[in-house]
Amino acid sequence: MRTSSPLARPEAPAAGSRADSVAPAVSLEGIWKAFGDVPVLRGLDLETPRGSTVTVMGGSGSGKTVLLRLAAGLIKPDRGRIRVLGVDTTPLREEALLPLRSRMGFVFQGAALFDSLTTYENVAYPLREHTTLPEPEVADRVHRLLTRVGLQDDVDDKLPAELSGGMRKRVGIARALVLGPELVLYDEPTAGLDPTNARLITDLVGSLKTEGASETAIVVTHDLEFARSVSDLIAVLIGGRIAQIGLVEAILHSDQPEVRAFLGGEAR
Amino acid sequence: MTAGWRLAGPRVQHVLSYWGGLGLLSWDVARNAWLPRRYLAHVVAEFDGMGVRSLVVAGTAALFTGMVFALQSAVYLSRFGADLYVGPLVGLSVLRELGPVLTAILVGGKVASGITAELGSMKVTEQIDALRAIGVNYVKRLIVPRVWAALLVFPLLTALADFIALVGGMLIAVYERRIDVYLYWNTIFYWVVIADLVTGVGKSFFFGVIVTLIGAHNGLAMTGGTEGLGRATTATVVQVSLAVIIADFFLTKLFLLL
Repeated sequence: MRTSSPLARPEAPAAGSRADSVAPAVSLEGIWKAFGDVPVLRGLDLETPRGSTVTVMGGSGSGKTVLLRLAAGLIKPDRGRIRVLGVDTTPLREEALLPLRSRMGFVFQGAALFDSLTTYENVAYPLREHTTLPEPEVADRVHRLLTRVGLQDDVDDKLPAELSGGMRKRVGIARALVLGPELVLYDEPTAGLDPTNARLITDLVGSLKTEGASETAIVVTHDLEFARSVSDLIAVLIGGRIAQIGLVEAILHSDQPEVRAFLGGEAR
Repeated sequence: MTAGWRLAGPRVQHVLSYWGGLGLLSWDVARNAWLPRRYLAHVVAEFDGMGVRSLVVAGTAALFTGMVFALQSAVYLSRFGADLYVGPLVGLSVLRELGPVLTAILVGGKVASGITAELGSMKVTEQIDALRAIGVNYVKRLIVPRVWAALLVFPLLTALADFIALVGGMLIAVYERRIDVYLYWNTIFYWVVIADLVTGVGKSFFFGVIVTLIGAHNGLAMTGGTEGLGRATTATVVQVSLAVIIADFFLTKLFLLL
């Protein structure tokens, strides 16, 4: 099967039932999560409508990454229920979550590239695990995606250690998108980057959204400019709960004191 | 349960967590033991890393162990005029105990600390989470190939170490004690039976699994960043040595019953 767009879904594990396509892509209900005696999330509720990009903003240590990892099933909540792409993931064991995860892409804050594999092998890895595409098609898809994220063929043989931080992030994005996921989870995509690279990543995520790289995305960030550029909805996470969720302008002009205080601090 | 757990105190919690984690990992490995064909290349790569790159270590240790054992035993056997039996004494000791145990401790320490370091650094850099996020069963991908490789490598290395130790013993017996080389080997073949070899090599299958599981568990369970990684690799070497010695006792009892 030859795919025409680098962002189209290749032959991959079968997607789940589409009967509940009107249901939110991700639904977190009454989520509690603590690490030791330190509570991080305290009864958090969040719904991500299908086809939208929801940005979760919050201060450092507010539980943004925890929220994302819960959505991906990488950690379990202490209490509450999580539904992702129509599947209740709360009771599922690791093995049962694997097919669902192949329908998602996760962009890690530090890229989390496999350091013993080259750039090309990193991006090709999900295809080799989940599809039976012949090598020429894998190569074609990998190169089109690398080009799409602004990298040339000369990075193919480079190990992650030989790439700059911005390049690693872009390879991480390419790897997350290579299976044509229905849901992409971005963890602080601009954190630790210089302004030029942060702008590049912001433009990239924005353009991927308009090209339909995935139906739905959840982005966690404390970068207000980034959130403003890519979001359909912004949720503000304060005190382990979503203090407010709404359209970008509604959040930016929120009348809730805690949200205004947070955004004011962030905007400085 | 939670109240009981808190009452247990941090030391008991640590011990229970360790054994619980090791038990769960062993169960996960057993459940995922069957590998898809595309993972066979990983088994071969691990076989190379564990086995081929441990040949010098295992061989050198075995050669000198055989030589030392022959040297010591010949001195005392000669007091009774029994130095002709150096060969069987070296053979029985090496095949039943020294070969498998020394190989498991030396190669196991090297292999297990390497596994701990690799998995630990993958954990620190979120590469294991990245595998999981891609939808890959990390136990099947990272640990099971190592267990299969260990099941091949440890018995082979043990058999090779046994042979090298016997040759080491022969060098001392022939050149130091002036024992005829044919007599050395003939007495070995007369007194040492196939069950002695099977006992030693049989133990090495268990040692291979123990070594791999301890290495993998310590890598996956490590906390505390790069400093924690250093502690975990050191702990792995100590735990592997102790586990092999303790398991050797129970395996010896088991094989004597069979």
